[in-house]
Amino acid sequence: MTLKFLGIKLKNPMVLASGVLGNSKDILERVHENGCGLVTMKSIGPEPRDGHNNPTVIDLGCGLINAVGLPSPGYLNMENEWKDLEKRDFPIIASIYGGSVREYQMVAEFVSLKKPDFIEINISCPNSEKHGMIFGVNPQSSHDVVAAVKKVINVPLIVKLTPQALNIGDIAKACEDAGADAICAINTLGPGMVIDIEAKMPVLSFKKGGLSGPMIKPVAIRCVFDIYKAVDIPIIGLGGITTGEDAIEMIMAGASLVGIGSAVRYRGIDVFQTVSDEMEAWFLDHHCSLDDIKGAAHEGNRS
Amino acid sequence: MNTITDQNHIMLRVGKKQIESQNFATLFFNHALPFKPGQFIMVWIPGMDEKPYTISYHSKENFAITIEAKGLFSTKAISLETGDLIGIRGPFGNGFNIKPDDKVAVVAGGCGMAPLATLMEQLSKSTTFIHGARSKEYILYPERFDIERLFCTDDGSFGYKGFVTDLLEKEITSGKHFDSVYTCGPEIMMYTVFCICEKYDIPCQVSLERYMRCGFGVCGACVCGKQVVCKDGPVFESSTLRAMKDFNAKALLKSGKDVDLSQYFSWRCK
Repeated sequence: MTLKFLGIKLKNPMVLASGVLGNSKDILERVHENGCGLVTMKSIGPEPRDGHNNPTVIDLGCGLINAVGLPSPGYLNMENEWKDLEKRDFPIIASIYGGSVREYQMVAEFVSLKKPDFIEINISCPNSEKHGMIFGVNPQSSHDVVAAVKKVINVPLIVKLTPQALNIGDIAKACEDAGADAICAINTLGPGMVIDIEAKMPVLSFKKGGLSGPMIKPVAIRCVFDIYKAVDIPIIGLGGITTGEDAIEMIMAGASLVGIGSAVRYRGIDVFQTVSDEMEAWFLDHHCSLDDIKGAAHEGNRS
Repeated sequence: MNTITDQNHIMLRVGKKQIESQNFATLFFNHALPFKPGQFIMVWIPGMDEKPYTISYHSKENFAITIEAKGLFSTKAISLETGDLIGIRGPFGNGFNIKPDDKVAVVAGGCGMAPLATLMEQLSKSTTFIHGARSKEYILYPERFDIERLFCTDDGSFGYKGFVTDLLEKEITSGKHFDSVYTCGPEIMMYTVFCICEKYDIPCQVSLERYMRCGFGVCGACVCGKQVVCKDGPVFESSTLRAMKDFNAKALLKSGKDVDLSQYFSWRCK
């Protein structure tokens, strides 16, 4: 299922979501070897940041709730990792975040010099006091941060959106107008909360956290459907994708690539190859290809 | 597809509390937990933090964790009393690959005795059991187990004066044959055990420690080389260890920054 995405050759349409197993070149390489066409580094921030105390990630059975809190060594403290990544033979997305347009720019400009294949800006994390979310719920501020980052980088720019936006299509359009090369949707849903009734307190130390996994898939499908209607740039669709059939559904909503995160919990680290194989089996069975079904759920697109 | 059940916390009250020595205490919980030696649970003290702990006692009806007071969390944990409420998630991880017919040596160092305790209870009386610590007060469970034990301490306050690794090599060179060696303790000690095993061509199983968050292989906080310690480990066999370039070399801090082990452990023991 080799394909090209914004000019880069990928072995299949599977993407590792940011924040999942993205901590080092070695583990990114293993995910790639386990059938993932495009892997995303853990989000890089402007300063060293520990993230929140545990509990940070809880499995609710129908998906996960997490408030890891954007831990990052800080963009200036990753020389070992960049040096390792120089020798990679697989494509990567460098995910970045900031607390202001200036911070996004600063991090993006530096990271761009390290030559990742793509930069993804996270304008949608619900798990930090100040980072990102404020941009991703407003078309104007989304436009501003995308335009500012686009000016200082020389690799394709992906913008990661939050399902919190009132109209995610409008946000996507604002990003496209500002020069975004692709959209990635969705970030975790929420924030939500889980209270332990014996302890009488929220379980997550940050109290609130983003939801992921099977329970959010219908929201992710709807968001990608709306974005596909609003923009012409390609979409990385993710949110609850666990099986090949989920991935097919996401592509029919309009995604070009399909991201996986929480499913690593439910099906193991080789879930990327498994889902990719399941998609291929489905295509074979239905005598069609990925391109034939992209956006097929939209009226006028059905063959 | 794998079916994995809901892993939200189970809230439990501390049952019996057993003081092991001035440095260690054991908390028992009257709760049946499916468990294999080498696995771990995430222990949540509500309002404080959540950390991985090994199961140090296990029966059909109950289990226990043993705590060494080191940092903020463990100091709080060791002060818990009967009736206090904690949450647990798990067990997680792979556990030791126990081969009942093997001639085995077990090498325990410091609080690394705790994860090996339930393993000892499954091994034969003829097992070679080497147990060391920095000094007498740090020898955990000195009276437990029905297996003869070779003790050593760094300062000579109990047993042989010297390292467990000296004793292991002595046993091997004196002609004892081992099919496998199980070890848990400081990483430098486990690395030396691994090197000795490599030298004499003995398969080895090592239980690693890294800062953990999710416990089930998703967040990536505990990666060591290409391995995810909470999910692929915490027990690793020789074949994996040979390719694990971060073993006895590097670990990630809470921020995800990779540092030398000495820097990692000075942070972990705060």
